[in-house]
Amino acid sequence: MSFLTLSNIQKSFGPTQVVKDFDMAIEKGEFVSFLGPSGCGKTTVLRMIAGFETPSGGTITIEDRSLADLKPNQRNIGMVFQAYALFPNMTVAENVAFGLKVAGKPKAEIDARVKEMLGLIKLDHLAGRYPYQMSGGQQQRVALARALAPKPQVLLLDEPLSALDAKIRVSLREEIRQIQQQLGITTVFVTHDQEEALSISDRIVVMNAGRADQIGTPADIYNRPATRFVAGFVGTLNLIKATVVDPAAHRVSIGDQGVTLREALDDAKPGDAISLALRPEAGSIAPDARGDTALVGTVTSSNFLGSVIRTRMDVGGSSISFDMFNSPGLTPPAAGETVTLRFTASDLLIIRD
Amino acid sequence: MKSSRLFAWIALAIGATYFLVPLIGTFEFSLRMRRGEYSFDAYQSVFSDMQFRATFGYSMLMGLLTIVFGMLLVVPTAYWVRLRLPQIRPLIEFLTLLPLVIPAIVIVFGYLRLYNSSSFLPLTNSTNGTNLLLMFSYMTLSLPYMYRAVDTAMRSIDVATLTEAAESLGAKWPTILFRCIFPNVMSGVLSGAFITFAIVMGEFTMAALLNRPAFGPYLQFVGANKAYEPSALAIIAFAITWLSMGLLQIVSRFQKTAPVKA
Ligand SMILES: Nc1ncnc2c1ncn2[C@@H]1O[C@H](COP(=O)(O)OP(=O)(O)OP(=O)(O)O)[C@@H](O)[C@H]1O
Ligand SMILES: [Mg+2]
Repeated sequence: MSFLTLSNIQKSFGPTQVVKDFDMAIEKGEFVSFLGPSGCGKTTVLRMIAGFETPSGGTITIEDRSLADLKPNQRNIGMVFQAYALFPNMTVAENVAFGLKVAGKPKAEIDARVKEMLGLIKLDHLAGRYPYQMSGGQQQRVALARALAPKPQVLLLDEPLSALDAKIRVSLREEIRQIQQQLGITTVFVTHDQEEALSISDRIVVMNAGRADQIGTPADIYNRPATRFVAGFVGTLNLIKATVVDPAAHRVSIGDQGVTLREALDDAKPGDAISLALRPEAGSIAPDARGDTALVGTVTSSNFLGSVIRTRMDVGGSSISFDMFNSPGLTPPAAGETVTLRFTASDLLIIRD
Repeated sequence: MKSSRLFAWIALAIGATYFLVPLIGTFEFSLRMRRGEYSFDAYQSVFSDMQFRATFGYSMLMGLLTIVFGMLLVVPTAYWVRLRLPQIRPLIEFLTLLPLVIPAIVIVFGYLRLYNSSSFLPLTNSTNGTNLLLMFSYMTLSLPYMYRAVDTAMRSIDVATLTEAAESLGAKWPTILFRCIFPNVMSGVLSGAFITFAIVMGEFTMAALLNRPAFGPYLQFVGANKAYEPSALAIIAFAITWLSMGLLQIVSRFQKTAPVKA
């Protein structure tokens, strides 16, 4: 049985519907990310769970108990905001103690819990500091400790890392994940950064225009995107134009080259135009590359990206990028060169709209 | 560079002269009560005047009450408008500006019509009722300054997010208002309080028309009837103002929170 359930959630602001038929069942202790472009309704769903917005339709339950009649301050749900939102007039320790004080816990218990929480975020030495005396990363860790101190049933984080610089972002997201696993707390994490979502989630909900386009593990989402939107949003993806040749035999043509797909072509007719997707890391042009499928094309450009080199080639009018690991002594193919890209047929996905 | 600096100094000197010469003149005059020599006789006369003590104490008390009740009105209002009714902010700003536009004498005549002894709420029937009415008048007078000071302080904190953070931690609204919002707008509350105090201490029209023994009417009375004491009073009033300003500085320096960043 799932722990936090959202069934058929709808939300409209005036005439515009921003969340549509949102369904999701989250297990106890699970780390779920909402991933999607700006304005797709991630924050709105999160705020409905927290109780700051009322759904226009549908129900939200925790352990089969509806949250509808509970105000935000009765839900026992912790929240971390993008802008930290620490109380400027309170020290770190007072901020962390706030939820416990409000709950009327005895002083000894509060002190012990604050100490434990500050230990968890490794900021014991800054207990007496005020928020303005700390870096953004430190403030966000305090905000995390403050949200966790009253032992909430669910932890919600709304783009908690967006305001931080790249290095801190990576280390703090790992710290959040590690603390989440240590406490086993059910967590919903909102982000528009796919790498963030892929690296720390148990499951990801890819949202598009108020709907959940796909719900799955990071590997699912990345390797088997269910829609063109998911395929395009998560990771870099080559979209290749192809024409159906023989549906029964899974034969299609890309430019003038024939390819046999692993997937069935359902109800396509010969001559239909379809889209295929291929990840840049799926193919290789090395002489010893293996794979049951090959495409010959002309290199148009090579870009050095540090650890990888991304090369673009043109195959029958479609531009295909592929990556190769950089190594000393490797010369990337020059523009105009003809190369053969090899890959496994199952890496070629049919994209339905 | 050099010449602009010189001009700055000249401007400062002119300003200081404009401000200091009358002050020094007043001070010098206030010392001349005893013929032929300087003395503090005028001050002694002022301080030993029972009416001075009574009116000064009365206005001080009114000032403090006005500040307390004014803040209890203004802080929650400004908070609520920022949080839930941002669309009516222009209306509230307009309303709080009205006391600057409408002369005090008009306001007080309005009050007298509304609350006179034959009205539905005859506040002027009793002394305490009239005191209450005077305090409300003072609150009205100080509203433009109070509201703006508090609202500006609120702009520097993210009221909505702080409120939600507190709510998600289980806090109810009195806790949110008094523990999470109020302390963070203290700078605004203090500057509003200081201005209010200054207004109440010097206000004449309302106190005179409501016939209350306030400091303003007393100043007027002394000014019209005595020679040296008014100068001494003016110097005392200055001293009070400067003392309040100094206190404000000290308090804001010892405040624990960050200096407000834009
Ligand atoms: N209070 C509101 N009134 C009217 N429209 C709103 C309100 N809150 C959000 N919206 C609209 O709902 C849509 C979804 O907003 P939401 O904040 O949930 O997006 P998001 O996915 O969190 O985006 P971002 O990544 O930019 O934070 C947006 O088009 C937004 O304009
Ligand atoms: Mg958002």
